[in-house]
Amino acid sequence: MSHGFYIALSYGSAAVIVALLIGWVWLDGRARRRELAELEAAGIHRRSADARKGGSA
Amino acid sequence: MSESLAITKFSDLANPTRFLGLAARIIPWLGCLTAVLFGVGLYLSFTTQGDYQQGSTVRIMYVHVPAAWLSMMCYSVMALSAIGTLVWRHPLADVSHKAAAPLGAAFTLIALATGALWGKPMWGTWWVWDARLTSVFILFLMYLGLIALNRALDDPSRGARLSAVLILVGFVNIPIIKFSVEWWNTLHQPASVMRLDGPTIDNEFLIPLLVMAFAFTFLFFTLHLMAMRNEIWRRRVTAQRRMAARMAGREL
Repeated sequence: MSHGFYIALSYGSAAVIVALLIGWVWLDGRARRRELAELEAAGIHRRSADARKGGSA
Repeated sequence: MSESLAITKFSDLANPTRFLGLAARIIPWLGCLTAVLFGVGLYLSFTTQGDYQQGSTVRIMYVHVPAAWLSMMCYSVMALSAIGTLVWRHPLADVSHKAAAPLGAAFTLIALATGALWGKPMWGTWWVWDARLTSVFILFLMYLGLIALNRALDDPSRGARLSAVLILVGFVNIPIIKFSVEWWNTLHQPASVMRLDGPTIDNEFLIPLLVMAFAFTFLFFTLHLMAMRNEIWRRRVTAQRRMAARMAGREL
């Protein structure tokens, strides 16, 4: 096998692992944001958020 | 006076809500800087000359070495966070080491994979069980063990303390990795950049290597902040669901 094969495979494997890592972190964040929005829509707030709203009212 | 101001600023950061605000402002800038550094680094990696002995395979160094550095730096960040958990009970410290473990595992995997792909054409073998390669493989297994432990325990604060102790015990592997090439006879070459007497490699290779190292470092910090933010959100979701279940129980 030529040296080009090893270089391409090295950069390719690093790119795939980095892309999977970025994708996983981003999708995880999106899923958590959606869950928090659903809880908010159902009227379930954090106690500290409730206290802040109460204090400002 | 200034000491109390510093303590106040530090405790301000301990507040997850303040941290989320700060992360939201910093992450886009860090992401852009990372992309620019990777653009420049990759351009330099493929336009600089090949080595007189290794030829073009020297280009593998520009991903292998930064990934190997990051695998150790990530564990060092986790060890500092573990101290934060055990000594100061800092609210973000356990979030930090839990979020860093998968990132460290990924960078170690890149180092192992690209090392094997560099070893085959240069050494004639994909792998040898020598001190450097084996100690990095142990680091990879430690990352996987910590990820499994973090997922196995339901109580986050108890799990964080247990993880923190294991991280600090496992930190003994970091100097072993660093000095393995000096303490034992290995196939792996000794350090040529981080040396007391300065780097021994030519600027032709050093400049792209350092640019790629900065790119990988900024990638790590961007993803670490994002993963920490995700972990805070995950804990808020769990707390809010528990609160909703308690409220539903009271209504019954």
